[in-house]
Amino acid sequence: MSLSVENLRIYYQTLHGDVQALDGVSFSIGDGEIMGLAGESGCGKTTLGYSLIHLAPPKRFVEGCVMLDGEELPIWDNERMVDFRYKKVSIIPQYAMNALNPTRKIGKMTRELLESRRLRYKDYLPELKRRLDLVQLSQDVLDMYPIELSGGMKQRMVMVLSTLLNPSLLIADEITSALDVSTQKAVAEMLVEFRDREFVKSMIVVTHDISILYQIADSILVMYAGKLAEKAPTETIIHSPRHPYTQLLISSLPEVGVKYSEKKLTGIPGSPPMLLNPPTGCRFRDRCPFAFAKCVEEPPFVEVEKDHYVACWKEMPVHD
Amino acid sequence: MITSKNEFLYFTLRNTKLKVGLVVIVFFLLLTFIGPLLTDYAPMAYVGPGAHPPSAEHWFGTTTFGQDVYTQFVYGLKATFQVGLIGGGLGTLLGLLIGFTAGFRGGIIDEFLNVVTNIVLVLPTLAVLLIIAAYLQVRGVMTESIFIGLTSWPWAARAIRAQTFSLRTRDFVDLARLNGMRPLKIIFTEIAPNMMSYLFMTFILQFGGAILNAATLDFIGLGPTTGISLGLMMNNAVLWSALHLGMWWWFVPPGVAIMMIVGALYIMNVGLDEVFNPKLREI
Amino acid sequence: MIKVENLTKIYRTGTFGGKELHAVSDVSFEVQPGEVVSLIGESGSGKSTIGKMILRLISITSGRITFNGEDISKLKGRELKEYYRKVQGVFQDPFSSYNPIFKADRIFEMVRQEFYPHISSREWKDRVVKALEDVGLNANHCLNKYPHQLSGGQLQRFLIARALLLDIQFLVADEIISMLDASTRIDVLNLLAELKQRGLSILFITHDLSLANYISEKAIILYRGCITEMGATEKIFTDPLHPYTRMLIASVPRLDKKWEHVEMELDRRAGEVNGGCVFYDRCPVADKGCAQFRPPMVEVEEGHYVACYRVMDEMDPVNKALEHSLSKQ
Repeated sequence: MSLSVENLRIYYQTLHGDVQALDGVSFSIGDGEIMGLAGESGCGKTTLGYSLIHLAPPKRFVEGCVMLDGEELPIWDNERMVDFRYKKVSIIPQYAMNALNPTRKIGKMTRELLESRRLRYKDYLPELKRRLDLVQLSQDVLDMYPIELSGGMKQRMVMVLSTLLNPSLLIADEITSALDVSTQKAVAEMLVEFRDREFVKSMIVVTHDISILYQIADSILVMYAGKLAEKAPTETIIHSPRHPYTQLLISSLPEVGVKYSEKKLTGIPGSPPMLLNPPTGCRFRDRCPFAFAKCVEEPPFVEVEKDHYVACWKEMPVHD
Repeated sequence: MITSKNEFLYFTLRNTKLKVGLVVIVFFLLLTFIGPLLTDYAPMAYVGPGAHPPSAEHWFGTTTFGQDVYTQFVYGLKATFQVGLIGGGLGTLLGLLIGFTAGFRGGIIDEFLNVVTNIVLVLPTLAVLLIIAAYLQVRGVMTESIFIGLTSWPWAARAIRAQTFSLRTRDFVDLARLNGMRPLKIIFTEIAPNMMSYLFMTFILQFGGAILNAATLDFIGLGPTTGISLGLMMNNAVLWSALHLGMWWWFVPPGVAIMMIVGALYIMNVGLDEVFNPKLREI
Repeated sequence: MIKVENLTKIYRTGTFGGKELHAVSDVSFEVQPGEVVSLIGESGSGKSTIGKMILRLISITSGRITFNGEDISKLKGRELKEYYRKVQGVFQDPFSSYNPIFKADRIFEMVRQEFYPHISSREWKDRVVKALEDVGLNANHCLNKYPHQLSGGQLQRFLIARALLLDIQFLVADEIISMLDASTRIDVLNLLAELKQRGLSILFITHDLSLANYISEKAIILYRGCITEMGATEKIFTDPLHPYTRMLIASVPRLDKKWEHVEMELDRRAGEVNGGCVFYDRCPVADKGCAQFRPPMVEVEEGHYVACYRVMDEMDPVNKALEHSLSKQ
């Protein structure tokens, strides 16, 4: 499978005007790739994740082209997207584990879910049981109510449900944030296992926690203020990032072993720009220690070395 | 630049339901003041030929006994609004007191108040009213209002208790406690202001509910024995076979008026909900 | 300064309060002046409950909390207010800590009304501006705004400024940066470290070990209401002894190495604990003896305490039998 996104623009309609949440985003994901989508709040990563599967007001599709496995995804048309949802593209939303209907037993809910897609529960039951075993959930959970399960168990259940029809693309939106450290590890490792067993072809893992991405992602896409900053294989992003934002972000993460008394880390002063009327040129300009004259022009997101894309004038191979 | 307050006003003025509802209510309210000025008659006086349809002399016609229906109508409106205000107001007040206390204190106080609420809720008000009617031969609109207020507060108390419960767990309440503030002070300064919209809507619903309640009671003969109200008009109309005799001008105006007032109040409530709750607004 | 002794909190749950939930079980520790102590635990460990008990927001079931020797559960009225002048808290969700219909500065005004009613508003304004400077905020940019107009980091710093206005000696920081962005987190963390250098004691409640290591000298690991390991942060991280601590450290996602494959059981049901070690059903090295009685806290080296029978066995086989028989009495 492969996903290619070209020049995607999604704006939020508000009273005050259009918030340019996603402003001309282009990238691609290869077959079997787990791509991490990282960035801080308001950068547009959740908007990007959701737009690929469900665009509802106040979000508005402005322009762009999304191709999945060579076929165009009609993301602006909610009716036509029904055929793709759950079968070709699936999502595990944030707090999905809290979205389980508390008055339904898990098995009944699964049955209803499948029937809403005109599929027979009986047909999928054997595979469902196999997958429950894989994520170390007892088959009894089908007979339980959500309240009887712990947070980690619910999250694993949702993972199994979302991937039951073997979608080509899975979008996982902050699925580890509400979990304990030990469950986080288990859930993250399960994601990789799903990919290894080809239950899912490729994944976009949206999170603000870069260290989880280091553990499981093949590549990382860093976003800032609605635009792409850098995309590269995981090792490169962590150990030799080229975009100033990425560099500052990585160096502000306290590692197990670093102490304040030994090495005081610094954050990034200032805050991201408002996307209602975003500044022209590079959006990181005001906070960037390396900004220079050319930065008033918007830098293009280009490949500076193999599989390594950066949007920064400083990193351009040739510039004035 | 649109600030938070302006945004509020913007939505208020833009909301059709609110506007329509408000217009209807204001119309009827004005009628209670202006209406009586346009008639020389007293509501219960026998002033004309009986059972006459609307004419230039009697705009809404006359009753079987020759009373002017229009006069009865505008005076009845006044009583209706009175019941709504006093009955609804009392119900809201009681609901507030009990709901806040139960919601904020929790524990044994909450349990106790819950029991009280449930008892009043399941009280057969009709039976109680019948007993009261037997004892109080002469009852005014005030008595009716107080009775309605004393029996309609439970659902308001429950709703307010639920809201208070959910607000109480918010961190800003804890922060107020870290200031050493007393619980009563916290309720007034932190919780109640947050529920302003909710309290407002509760009052509106109580108002409408009281009017409806009163109309029903009046209609079945358990209303005030003195004075006139819209419900009483309808009661009399049915009593004197206005339906059979085709005297539509006697029961249609009060019926329609009650329907319009209560309906307008409920529509206003929905509109207000949209104004206060950003998620329900249409862009 | 703050001393917690045998602190226990039991909630009654179920219909008619038949069942009991042991949120905190027999926890004892101390925080000295000018010390930052991390209380580390996952959800359900009871760490927030302990913080709230220290702040007198939740009642104590049994045990004692003393502040400079005075039992805080006896404080009422004016004494309680005096306590709040010295001890304050900041919570996890910055947006929930503000009443959304009022402006953010109202929290300062409320402090003035309750604690410094005799100070003029002009002098108070000066104090507020200075406190904001101390936390790294520019008063001109942040004052007179509603909470939704400020960022999470700014709101948290406001709350710390509020605590500073009271000239406190002890701060309970309950997961204060978990809802902040990565780039703001470190700034707030650095702020706490600076305040510590100026003499403030902090109880830093968190689930994130790297943060605890960055800022605190002492660490306490909690699991399901019980302390499993306690000691100098450095020691615990470089040489964790309790199986739970080991599992925690192995599960933290790091940027310098990949996860190891660690044997561990995942949770089954959200169940209760019936005697014995709280970690029993997930422990890779537990044996039957561990399910019988709660292991006592034992000082395995200076300042380093562990509550685990297996660790004790390894350390001192001669005493193993003695300890076991003692705890059975």
